Amino acid sequence: MSRTIKVTASLLLLIAAAAIIGPWISPQDYLATNFGGPMLAPSLADARLFGTDDLGRDLFVRTMMGVRVTLMVAVVASLVSLVIGVAYGATAGFVGGRVDAVMMRFVDTLYALPFIFLVILLMVAFERNFLLIFVAIGAINWLDMARIVRGQTLSLREREFVQAAQLIGVGTFGIIRRHIAPNLIGIVVVYLTLTIPQAILVESFLSFLGLGVQEPQTSLGSLVNNGVAHMEAAPWLLLIPATLLALMLVAFNFLGDGLRDYFDARQSA
Amino acid sequence: MSLLDVTGLTIRYGEDVVADNIDLVVGRGESVGLVGESGSGKTQSAMAILGLLPRRAQVSGSIEFDGQQLLGAADAALDRIRARRIGIVFQDPMQALNPYLRVGQQLRQILVRHGLARGADADARVVEMLERVGLPDPGRQFRAYPHEMSGGIRQRAMLAAALIAEPELLIADEPTTALDVTVQAQILQLLEDLRDQTALLLITHDLGIIAGHCEHMMVLERGRVVDAGPTTSLFAAPGHEHTRRLIEAAPRVDRGEPPAPVSARAVLSVGNAIVDYQDQRAVNDVSFAVQAGETVAVVGESGSGKSSLVRGVLGLVPLAAGRVVYAGEALAGSVRRRAQAQRRDLQLVFQDPLSALDPQMRVQSIIEEPLVVHEAGLNTADRRARVIAVLEKVGLGKPYLRRFPHELSGGQAQRVSIARAMVLGPKVLVCDEAVAALDGTVRKQVLALLAREQADTGMSIVFISHDLAVVRTISHRVLVMYVGRLVESADSRTLFKSPRHPYTQALLDSVPVPDPVVPPRRAALRGEVPSLLDPPAGCVLHPRCPRAADISVKRCPCCEISVAVALPATWSSDVYIAPSGRGIGAPLTVSRPFFRRASMT
Repeated sequence: MSRTIKVTASLLLLIAAAAIIGPWISPQDYLATNFGGPMLAPSLADARLFGTDDLGRDLFVRTMMGVRVTLMVAVVASLVSLVIGVAYGATAGFVGGRVDAVMMRFVDTLYALPFIFLVILLMVAFERNFLLIFVAIGAINWLDMARIVRGQTLSLREREFVQAAQLIGVGTFGIIRRHIAPNLIGIVVVYLTLTIPQAILVESFLSFLGLGVQEPQTSLGSLVNNGVAHMEAAPWLLLIPATLLALMLVAFNFLGDGLRDYFDARQSA
Repeated sequence: MSLLDVTGLTIRYGEDVVADNIDLVVGRGESVGLVGESGSGKTQSAMAILGLLPRRAQVSGSIEFDGQQLLGAADAALDRIRARRIGIVFQDPMQALNPYLRVGQQLRQILVRHGLARGADADARVVEMLERVGLPDPGRQFRAYPHEMSGGIRQRAMLAAALIAEPELLIADEPTTALDVTVQAQILQLLEDLRDQTALLLITHDLGIIAGHCEHMMVLERGRVVDAGPTTSLFAAPGHEHTRRLIEAAPRVDRGEPPAPVSARAVLSVGNAIVDYQDQRAVNDVSFAVQAGETVAVVGESGSGKSSLVRGVLGLVPLAAGRVVYAGEALAGSVRRRAQAQRRDLQLVFQDPLSALDPQMRVQSIIEEPLVVHEAGLNTADRRARVIAVLEKVGLGKPYLRRFPHELSGGQAQRVSIARAMVLGPKVLVCDEAVAALDGTVRKQVLALLAREQADTGMSIVFISHDLAVVRTISHRVLVMYVGRLVESADSRTLFKSPRHPYTQALLDSVPVPDPVVPPRRAALRGEVPSLLDPPAGCVLHPRCPRAADISVKRCPCCEISVAVALPATWSSDVYIAPSGRGIGAPLTVSRPFFRRASMT
């Protein structure tokens, strides 16, 4: 394990832990307004670490709630793409031939659809819905995952250690379980850490447009959106959630890089 | 004054010293060989001379070329010397040539950049040079891209690029390692013919090449020069233990008694095997049998079909026709449809151990896998004991159990691969170029291990190799293949003493002999292996045959050599996959004319 992995992973764990525990231990509530103090600057008084927003709600608790929602969207969306993408890609790669050709042309067709506009259309046509965000983001990401897993499976199938296993007498299922799957894990984990920031960005983008999470619920994207409106009077309303968002994105990307190097080292001598 | 004078050259990467205080002198017109095993620092030293080491390498000492200090010289100064006064040939011309530029353009650049010629004059000189290195149709090759050339042609083009500016020194780093012996003999001869007044620094692991082509030699071991002097005297009286070991480990194709022929029952018989890849016939009607306790070598140039043949026999690629009988039973075409008991008896050792070992598994799991499949009754402790026992047999042992393949050296990984194939005690072990990538001393150990195992268990070995010198030391019988056909089959003693087929003779003549007293071999075969897509009409060997001048193309006497194979009489025709358009037969003796049949499919 390289230092990159350790540093970024602990940073992300720290943020996640703060998001889970923070709202519990803070004496403030994320809905309660303080009419005496809208846009209070951050201070230690009353444990208002990040100050208050334009409606006098505690920004620390709201930010932590935002991180919760953002992380949840990202993780759930990535899991959706993981399950669909790996199953679809591995099937296409294993079976090969005509089945593979048909399955991959379907993926190509979906690629051609402008998903963000489709999502915006869905949001406008139907009730604005939390579930839609998961579906939309997952639906975009599984395509990439399917392609990557299929390519890897195709090349693994031809590797000599698979032939060696056949000669030994390992059955098809045994080869998948013992040789193909473990060799897929590396690339899947790496790709997953790179889809999470993508999902976070899409969610923030939708929330920033006002199409994502709805008040009084919040996410980092909505907080940044709100912060932009009060940028001059209360810059911390923008700076704090934006910094946190950037920090998480950078950490996920570096984690992905670190994991790729880690798995590469094993793949090649 | 000498042309190249290297003193106290030391190269380190952090703590890692790859070259330690190396002194090296090359006089004008001299040829010096740099020999050593992998990791001995020979390539690193050459790269240092050329100023091509990565930036993080710390280099000290002195490198003087014709009185000019090269170490620490500016790139501009080095550019005036490289390619102009020092020519370079690398091992892999595909890496050294730019894939996006035509070969002629790349050679032309050298002349133009150094102001030696320009315009039509430069073009003419390039074509002339391509002709001198023996490229067929040099006008067309001038316009070819590197990927359109075969390996041998590409290395000739590389040689042309190295020599076109008429340099004073030529540095050749394993120039023929990636080539077949027959093509290697051509390239080495060309190097000798064209070199003229150019001094040569030849880097190789092959003592045969040094013996035949270098006046002086230097032996490197782990970054140090352990021995240096005139080639003849070093071979006669090695000054260092390591040199002696290297010379002893280098097998000779021209002497030594091969093992006596074995006479036992046939374990594995293959009848009229055909392997097709799309419209290429990789294996064309080959029959052979392997007796118990026998080592059968399959030799031939790359593209001769030897790997396809054994992969077909093992069921890894489908046989288009033919049959495989093991222990009296016909085997299914695909390994997946074979019985477990049949699978465990036939095992394969691959050429490249790193791709044959699952990178995510530890050595213990790798060797354990056959036991998990075939001996389900074993408990964990028993399995572990068996794994340790076989690891010790291949000269490794307990400390390696927890390692991953990437933590092993090439030789160690190949031993693990052999251990996995041996753990179940197979009856037939197929080794596909299993020692080709190993250093001489390691190769010797691995061969001894196989021989010992054979003596202990009586297993048969099918040994695929392009290296006839190795084959001579271990095999009882030899099958020679060319363009998918079996052209000669004989016991080793007969074959090495009096080969009958001109192709066999040519193969034998092409192997360099590690003995400076023996004059270097002249290339015996012209050109390269023909494409399987379009094999020559008539005798397939005739475009290259050394005797082709005095015989008719349609009917060479050599084609009448019959390749007799005894096949078991009990074979029933229902196991025989007949190629369409041909009758089903069970020939006891297959007499194969060396001709291409009019219609095969």
